[in-house]
Formats: sequence, structure tokens, C-alpha cells
Amino acid sequence: MNWEILGIWLGALVTLFLYSFLYRDNPFYKFAEHLFVGMSAGYWVIYNIENVLIPNWWQNMFPEGGGFDWVWLIPGIFALFMLARIWPKTAGLSRLSLGMIVGVGAGLNMVSFFQTNALAQVKGTIFSVASGGVWDIFSSLVLVVGVVSGLVYFFFSKAHTGIMGKTANVGITILMVAFGASFGYTIMARLSLLIGRSQFLLEDWIPTIPRLLGIGG
Amino acid sequence: MADIFEKLGNLDRRIIFVLIALAVIIPIIFEIVFPNPVGAEPSRDLFDYVDALPAGSNVLLSFDYDPSTMPELQPMAEALVRHLFEKDLNVVGMALWPQGASLGQDAMSSMADSLGKVQFEDWCNLGYKTGGGVMIVRLGTSMSAVFPTDRDNVPWSEIPMLRGITNLESFSLIISLSAGDPGIIAWVMMAGDRFGVPIGGGCTAVSAPTLYTYLQTGQMVGLLGGLKGAADYETLVGIEGGQAVKGMAPQSVAHIVIMLFIIIGNVAYFTRKKKGGAK
Repeated sequence: MNWEILGIWLGALVTLFLYSFLYRDNPFYKFAEHLFVGMSAGYWVIYNIENVLIPNWWQNMFPEGGGFDWVWLIPGIFALFMLARIWPKTAGLSRLSLGMIVGVGAGLNMVSFFQTNALAQVKGTIFSVASGGVWDIFSSLVLVVGVVSGLVYFFFSKAHTGIMGKTANVGITILMVAFGASFGYTIMARLSLLIGRSQFLLEDWIPTIPRLLGIGG
Repeated sequence: MADIFEKLGNLDRRIIFVLIALAVIIPIIFEIVFPNPVGAEPSRDLFDYVDALPAGSNVLLSFDYDPSTMPELQPMAEALVRHLFEKDLNVVGMALWPQGASLGQDAMSSMADSLGKVQFEDWCNLGYKTGGGVMIVRLGTSMSAVFPTDRDNVPWSEIPMLRGITNLESFSLIISLSAGDPGIIAWVMMAGDRFGVPIGGGCTAVSAPTLYTYLQTGQMVGLLGGLKGAADYETLVGIEGGQAVKGMAPQSVAHIVIMLFIIIGNVAYFTRKKKGGAK
């Protein structure tokens, strides 16, 4: 048995162990679950040290040409502050690091997020009716009616009666159609994963069984 | 008749699991392949955009996923890389997800071998860099500052194909194959809207509905959504027997089974409601 076949067998067995949960909870499933969690944690620790800490921090602090760049001590200290959460007395220090992360994230994203997800979308909705053929104009009208009625559904400052109620009903119908589409896509995604695993079991794993038993090529 | 639907409504869920498993396994065993016609869809838009790029243009391909979404995104990666190579475009790979760099390397090196493309002249892999959107903004000013070396520690200055590349504006197109965050949205926000670089993408089916909004506004030039998007691209590129096209038969059969159960469940619900047993 070579390493490739061993890998295929391990993958296949762990896959079957995990799918066994669909019948009922069992020790094989528990074993695979714990194996996955433990290996993932170990893998990520090593991966982050190798691919994040060493190239982005350590190698900048101690450049190849020699020397020591003390500026890189600052992010190192902030990183240690994050670990200070472990002890209640020093937990407050982690807020400095978190504050910096949140501050940078908010500052960087505020304008971009608003531009990309609000202004551009509003503009797209308003100007969508202006161009295209008959079908495009119809689609655009559905879009505009859907957006406006969907917003009306979430407008609670006025009772949903009369024209408001009817518009809100259109809004909830449009929302349900959107949720249905999302649900369909979610099913497609989950089935794709099942298909991927099934292809692995049927096309990679099962052909190794006769080889191991010495039957056929 | 009503009793049958009531019994079906109380069906042991494990029977449904078995039927779904059979719906997936049987088409794979018998190698059933359904035709996959591609109409005027976002996948065709992306294909047409790539097809219209002049030879020698630089394309940035970001592999923003990991093995958990390989069944959907790896066939997309392979089909896209093949198309980019066939059009003689310079492909620069990178990743916002750690394991994406290795998956991208697999897709690019295997396709380069079969199409005679040379690493560092026709394609290269810059690897993974942490930071998501923040890092993308930095790429907009200097790429070599973010990636002083490629994935295998080859210095930027020693890679011939990177000589004319300074920042994101050096690229004619950025394609992100994305399984979540950071991914396509970060590229649209930080590269597309900020630096005006055209953005295309491929994503898992779960996130496709969210990303369709960027197509209508023109913030993206095209999108491959889930396994269907991957199958579309394989069809458009002309890949025979691709993994995604092969996957569409079990996908379709399993969808039919699920739709049947949805209908049965609804009929059972309304039958019970009529009898006064359900609210």
C-alpha cells in the first residue's frame, strides 16, 4: 500500500464515518468529528505561524540582510495583548488591540461599503428602467416594484392597511420568491458537496479495493 | 388517498436520505450526462469578456476558497485557467484564503503542463496573503510591496512576466473564485469600485443570489454561480467530460427527488390541515 492509497482510504473512511450520523449518532461519527476538530486546530496554528507570522512579522523585524527593526515590536505587543484575555486581571489590554482592528476596519470600509452596497445599488435600481428592450424594461419594472414594496414591508411607522397593506403584501411575496431562489441555490450547493464526496468514493476509493485484494489490475 | 399522503408526511427522514443518496449515486455509476445548454447567462458574460481580451493582457486570478468547497470551485478554476491560457493571457494567481494558493497551483500547473505554458513567463502564483480588503487596497498602490516574492519565494524582480505590473490597474480583469469572506465582495469594493478594474467571479451556489445584485449594476462583468456556473464554463470552453458537467446529472435527479418531496410534504400538510390536525 503506497501513501496515495493510504490517503484515499483515510479520506473514504472518515467520509463514511461522518455520513453515518445521518442514521444516528455513533462512536465512529464522534471519532471523525473529534479528529477533524483537533486536526483543524493544529493545522491552522502551524499554517498561521508559517504563512502569516513568519513572513509578515518575524521576517520584517529580523530582515535577511541582518539587523533588527524595532518598529515591528509594536504589532507584536498588540498581538500579545489579544492573549491577555486569558487572565481576568489583564483582559482589558485586549481592548486596545480590538479597538485598533475595529477602528481600521470601520474607517476603511465605511466609505467603500456605502459606495458599493448602497449608492451603486440605488443608482442601479433607478437607472435600470431607462435602457434595453421590452423584456429588459419589464425586468427592470419588476426590480423597482420589488425594491419599493420590499422596503414598504419593513416600514413600521405606518399601519399596514389600505394601499400600504397591499404594497407590503406585494413586498412579502417578492421576498418569499427571493428566499425561494436562495433556498434553491443552497440545495444546489449542498448537493454539489455530496456529489463531490460521492465522486471521490465511487471513482477514487472503490477502484482501490480490488487492487488491495489483488483482484484485477 | 389522504391516508397515503398522511403516511408520507410522517416518513422517516432516513428514507429520504437513502433516496437522495441513490439519486446522486446512480447517475454517477452509469455515467449519465445531461446536455447543458448555456443561454444568455452571467457565465456567458464572463466567458465573452475573457474571450474579448487582447492576447498578452494581464489577468489576476484570486483563489479565495479552500478544500471544503472544491466540488464547486475547482472545476471553475480549471475551466477558467484553460480559457485564459488558450487566449494567451498572462495569468497571475494569488489567494485571500490560505489553502486557495495550493488549490490554485494545482489548477494552473496541471493546465500549464497540458497547454505548454511556462511558469514565470505565462503564469505565476504569488500565494496567500492575509488581510482581505485591507490588503487589496494596498495592492492598488503597489503589488510588489505586498508580494515581494511569489509562493515559492522567487523574488518579484526575477519573474519576467511581472515586470510591467505595478498595481491593480495593470490588470485588464480580476477574477475571484470565492467561497465567502474575504472574496468577491471585497474585490468589488476595494478593487472594482475604488480603482476601476473590471471584476468577474465564480462563487458557491449559496452566495450566488447575493452577488447577482453586482451584475445588474455593472459592478461585475460576469459570474459563475455554483456547479451550474462551472458546468456552463466547461461547456463554453469545450471541455469534454468535465467534472462539473458530469455533476449536473446527479444534481438534476436529486433536485427532482427533492421537489417531489416538497410537493408531497405540502399535500400532506394541507390534507392534515383540512382534517383539522395541523395549524
